[in-house]
Amino acid sequence: MIEIEGVSFSHGRAPILSDISLTIPAGGVTALVGPNGAGKSTLLALMARLLPLQAGSIAIAGRSVAATPGREMARTVAILRQDPGVSSRLRVRELVGFGRFPHSRGRLTAEDERLVDEALERFDLTGLAHRFADTLSGGQRQRAMIAMAYCQGCQTMLLDEPLNNLDMFYARDLMRTLRMVADSQNKTIVVVLHDINHAAAHADRIVALRDGRLVVNDVTARVLTPETLQAIFGYRMEVATVGGLPVVLHHR
Amino acid sequence: MAGGAAHRRPLAGALAALAALSACSLFVGVGALSPRMLLDEPDAVALMLASRLPRTLAVLLAGSGLAIAGLVMQTMARNRFVEPSTAGTMQGAALGILLVTILAPGASILAKAAAATATALATTSLFLAMIHRLPPTQPFLVPLFGLVYGGVIGAGVTYVAWQADLLQLIEIWLNGEFSGVLRGRYELLWLTAACVALTWWVADRLTIMSLGREASVGLGVDYAGMLRVGLVIVSGVSALTVVVVGAIPFVGLVVPALVSRLAGDNLRSTIPLVGLCGAMLVLVCDMAGRLLRYPYEIPVGTVLGVVGALAFLAILHAGPRHG
Ligand SMILES: Nc1ncnc2c1ncn2[C@@H]1O[C@H](COP(=O)(O)OP(=O)(O)O)[C@@H](O)[C@H]1O
Ligand SMILES: [Mg+2]
Repeated sequence: MIEIEGVSFSHGRAPILSDISLTIPAGGVTALVGPNGAGKSTLLALMARLLPLQAGSIAIAGRSVAATPGREMARTVAILRQDPGVSSRLRVRELVGFGRFPHSRGRLTAEDERLVDEALERFDLTGLAHRFADTLSGGQRQRAMIAMAYCQGCQTMLLDEPLNNLDMFYARDLMRTLRMVADSQNKTIVVVLHDINHAAAHADRIVALRDGRLVVNDVTARVLTPETLQAIFGYRMEVATVGGLPVVLHHR
Repeated sequence: MAGGAAHRRPLAGALAALAALSACSLFVGVGALSPRMLLDEPDAVALMLASRLPRTLAVLLAGSGLAIAGLVMQTMARNRFVEPSTAGTMQGAALGILLVTILAPGASILAKAAAATATALATTSLFLAMIHRLPPTQPFLVPLFGLVYGGVIGAGVTYVAWQADLLQLIEIWLNGEFSGVLRGRYELLWLTAACVALTWWVADRLTIMSLGREASVGLGVDYAGMLRVGLVIVSGVSALTVVVVGAIPFVGLVVPALVSRLAGDNLRSTIPLVGLCGAMLVLVCDMAGRLLRYPYEIPVGTVLGVVGALAFLAILHAGPRHG
């Protein structure tokens, strides 16, 4: 469970987030949506203690983000940043292996090695395991970074625009993997998405921000109405039903 | 992590080459000395223990230490083109020794090393704080800025030394050479081995640091704490080298850059190779300095100035990474 209480944040004088309070239940996939600059990345960074809290409080699985030691938090929550470039020449397997650092402190046990192999397999990286990450394509590198976050083995995962650079095949593949992981391992996954239809197909809940304010936090079906979508994104879009699934015609 | 036979083969080769070169180094210099003479003549043994062996050990310690210091510097700056002599570290160390020499002329070499480490820490911290503001899309700005920054501090040191009539000492500190190394006058350099051991101990955290502050925090690594450890390693090695033999340029630049290209940036597997290659580079340059104008010596700092500059140009020409 993620509990966010009265969180505000500003860069200098510019207010970025204003008094956000929301609770994300344990287990399941929550999509975080909103226009560019709404404050999604900032909220995720605050949840992962990459930015210091200025006002309010955040607790993940009962642990206060501000007060819990860094090592313990690293075993509680894993984050994938938006556009996290890799500036080091590390092989994909080494990179993913560093996801185990909070547990192994650098000495991979046989169990760690098994988890690394499993992560490589799950994100279709086995064939790239010995390549240097700086020689990969953008989408391959993105998958390596996701595998690293997954390998951290945390109950809570925060993913900021993980579909960036992924083609249709791997985008669908990733969303299905997240869905499966959330269901089979009861993980709490928060994922920033721009394509609302990925949220429609795979997310249990949708949290929407606009101009640093919370617009809606509800189960997916109740968010996917023309009125609510207009409140979030600022224009009217139709919602159709295809094969029993809501489909947002956002591009027309 | 990783490792495996493919990583160990170049390591074994480098180790064998370094052992052979070190053996040669023991018998190169003014005053004939051969393995045979060690058995027959007590004077030969004395020369070996008092001068040749200390000199070779000093070269190995300084070479490996400086290469590791460069590796740590490049990891902290997240830039392949910096090293202690282009980040104001060496110049900062010289400033510390100069101040001690002026303020407390009778101070011990240990006190000088401590003061040099302190000033090197200060100038290097300032360098890191300032390059933070440079755009990350322009990797060459960092070494350019470092050259100017080191030049300014070096000029300040020279000015103060000139005022205090100590210019000839500046020459000794800023241009390293091993000809003065004798038993009893180099042992402080063993502390660089402690710095290398410390680097090995924190290798995984340094590698994570090279992924940036956010990745470090996400994995539970104390980023600010690791920066402090890295600064102590870089400043400590640089100050010890400057105090005992004088500044040696380019080792910390070209060795880590080349190893990164060949073997990557996972410090746990590259530290041994960087250390060995650094020792080998300085040893080869020192032996060249002993032989080129025999029986006169060219300081190793001068030889490396030429060799290192050429290697640096080659690295620049090959472009930033993706080699
Ligand atoms: N370092 C910063 N300094 C000043 N403003 C920033 C900084 N980072 C982000 N912002 C601003 O904060 C707002 C929210 O940014 P962000 O959280 O990245 O939005 P989103 O991820 O929803 O697109 C934007 O208006 C952005 O310009
Ligand atoms: Mg964002």
